[in-house]
Amino acid sequence: MTRLSTLAGTWEPMSYAFLDASAKREVRRRMLKALAIPGHQVPYASREVPIARGWGTGGLQVTLSLLRPGLRVKVIDQGADDSVNAVNLRRFMMRTAAVEQTTDALEADIIQSRHRIPEETLAEGQILVLQVPDPEPLRPIEPDMSTARQMHGDADYGRMWLMLYEQIVRSGRVTQGAAYPAMVNGRHVMTPSPIPRWDLPKLHMARHITFLSAGREKRLHAVPPFTDVRPLVFDDVPFAVEDHATLTCAKSGLRGTFMNEIPLDDGGTLYETSDTGLAIKVLSTQGGTPQPIGTTWYPVTETQP
Amino acid sequence: MTAFIPDAPILIDQQPLLRVTAARRLYGSFVAVDDVSLEVWPGEVIGIVGESGSGKSTLLRMLNLEEPSNGGDYRLTLPGRAEQNLFDLDRFEKRALRARHIGIVYQNPHLGLMMHNSSSGNVAERLVVAGERRFAVMRRRATGALAASDFPLDRKDAPPIELSGGMQQRVQLAKAIALEPELLLLDEPTTGLDVSVQALVIDTLKRLQAERAITMIVVSHDLGVIRTLADRVLVMKQGRVVEQGLTDQVLHDPQHPYAQELVHARL
Amino acid sequence: MPVSDPVLSVQALTKGFTVHHLSTEIAAFADVSFDLAQGEFLLLRGPNGVGKSTLLRTLWRSCVPLGGRAVFQSSRGPVDLLRAADVDIAWLRRNDIGFATQFLTARPRVSAEALVAEPLTQSGVALDAALQTARQHLHAFGVSPLLWPAYPSTFSGGEQQKVNLARALIVPRKLLLLDEPTASLDAAARQALVARLAALKAAGTAMIGVFHHPEDVAHLIDRELALAPAVAA
Repeated sequence: MTRLSTLAGTWEPMSYAFLDASAKREVRRRMLKALAIPGHQVPYASREVPIARGWGTGGLQVTLSLLRPGLRVKVIDQGADDSVNAVNLRRFMMRTAAVEQTTDALEADIIQSRHRIPEETLAEGQILVLQVPDPEPLRPIEPDMSTARQMHGDADYGRMWLMLYEQIVRSGRVTQGAAYPAMVNGRHVMTPSPIPRWDLPKLHMARHITFLSAGREKRLHAVPPFTDVRPLVFDDVPFAVEDHATLTCAKSGLRGTFMNEIPLDDGGTLYETSDTGLAIKVLSTQGGTPQPIGTTWYPVTETQP
Repeated sequence: MTAFIPDAPILIDQQPLLRVTAARRLYGSFVAVDDVSLEVWPGEVIGIVGESGSGKSTLLRMLNLEEPSNGGDYRLTLPGRAEQNLFDLDRFEKRALRARHIGIVYQNPHLGLMMHNSSSGNVAERLVVAGERRFAVMRRRATGALAASDFPLDRKDAPPIELSGGMQQRVQLAKAIALEPELLLLDEPTTGLDVSVQALVIDTLKRLQAERAITMIVVSHDLGVIRTLADRVLVMKQGRVVEQGLTDQVLHDPQHPYAQELVHARL
Repeated sequence: MPVSDPVLSVQALTKGFTVHHLSTEIAAFADVSFDLAQGEFLLLRGPNGVGKSTLLRTLWRSCVPLGGRAVFQSSRGPVDLLRAADVDIAWLRRNDIGFATQFLTARPRVSAEALVAEPLTQSGVALDAALQTARQHLHAFGVSPLLWPAYPSTFSGGEQQKVNLARALIVPRKLLLLDEPTASLDAAARQALVARLAALKAAGTAMIGVFHHPEDVAHLIDRELALAPAVAA
């Protein structure tokens, strides 16, 4: 007579990396499909996770389904490793999956990020997971999502240029700052989550994999390695990134990175490098403990602060 | 008395631009458009009259390929298209054809315009759908189409929501003609406008017709509009064409009882 | 009197009206036949209500005939006006057949000179040249130059009529239908009209006319056709 306990596994309070195996399998299948159709939004079940919708549940589910022991994860929010949201997410991953943490973009196997792509060039094998509030680039021009799906199916993207036309007519320039729409692999227009225009060129022909996942909207899309990603532009109005190349970080003296603007009491402004992982490495090197700094997407120089 | 049926044309050396045979549209068991046939020659202006619910707007939307058909044959003499029944095209081809070759002005500007976008942007949409990706060209051609529609250019970037009804119709018209379509469809283009504004819109249409020899089909229940614009008229009742003829013939000597009723009811 | 090579040959032309809401048939005329040669002027006579204007309108096809034939030698070959396709009739109206009445169909915001020049531009004359000719004709009919660029919808009846005649007669046609064009015209304009008709006739235009005062055009009339009241069938 076989006892039931010999057939069942050992009781555990939760699954490895929180999601149960079938949930992870479902997400992984959706991720594979998203890789197969670059830029195409793939629906997925979007399970409950113990953080609120809108706080990175989409990115978290993708990351959790990829975790295995020994991986190193980096979690950033607006470029910072030490913001509350980033710390919470990282702690959750470490508790449920026993992975290692890092703030160094070069060391990380998986980087989950809200709103930024690190300044150092990511390499083959690395995975960038972007948290996306709204994956639908057509939403500003087509409130009916069924129609928007059909427009994606038809590659009917003309009105996206109309949106840019309106911005130029109203403001004299394209005012789309973050989530700038981009054509992926010449077929699907995607919204690359609210990353600044500064970061968009980093996705073009990148060596790493990018997943973009929206938990509340239950959709994810992906940019596989070496994929053509081009911002939507007029032929006669070139795409321009934010004018940050000439700003200098008040802390590290870095120049050529995306900057956070810090208003001062006297009405002036300070700038700080948004990518804290990079800034910490530079500061550490300056303090006498050299840290390897990778190649960067934009030319970065150091000046004395 | 048998109905008057004229001979086939012998003097015209052109092919019809548009040829519809036995077009039909059903809503469940209700027959909205019933066995309608129509030929339109290049440069002609055709009026379609009839009371509300006679199927005239439905027919117009079918001609714009936005309303499906339940039978019939629709041909436009366009390069590479003459042999195709346009009713049978898939939605990609319908959209491409509509964007390139057909312009439409709806009675309700909300149907044809993005009310909160700029007026010039509304016109530019046509260009962008047809593949234009140069801002300067979009700007120039949108401005040109607005000017051709007698739209005041100092308001070209105002959103239609801020414009009067007559101005909104001009934006629709500019959008419709931006790509110089072969066929222009107008659904009650002046209904709901002040009489003086009506006259201005009709004047613009007349001028466009004279300058560009654009082929138009105008749906209206206003016989005055039809009399001023149309060369020929179709009278529709309950989805069928009950009479068609030269505009002055239909207005002076209508044959069908319903056409007589319609003409006699005119103020 | 037989006519050789007629421009228009009308046989057994019959017209009546069916008024559906009264369930009645109103006979206009029946079995009218005549031939018309190039440059010939035919006067239609008969009492009021006999259908003289209706006959013109039936040939013009704003009225639908009940029966008969009316073979017209168009510049693109013979065509039966009573059975021709609507687009053929429209073509004939643009190119071969003119119709002059006393009533103007003014269009909103179209100037008098543009209205008069329109038949010329439709037949391919450049706009400037057409406007030039239009002004000459308006001048001949005694329309003041001040009115040329104005909109005729605001004109007096007499001035509108002059604009209308100038428009109707500006392009020489093979066939011209005249429906009381002289009615209520002042003497000078009537003289201009008669002179224009004489010039057109000399150039070969065949004409069928209905006139209240045929003496106005007495010297142009070649033949008369009397219409008798039709007997209701």
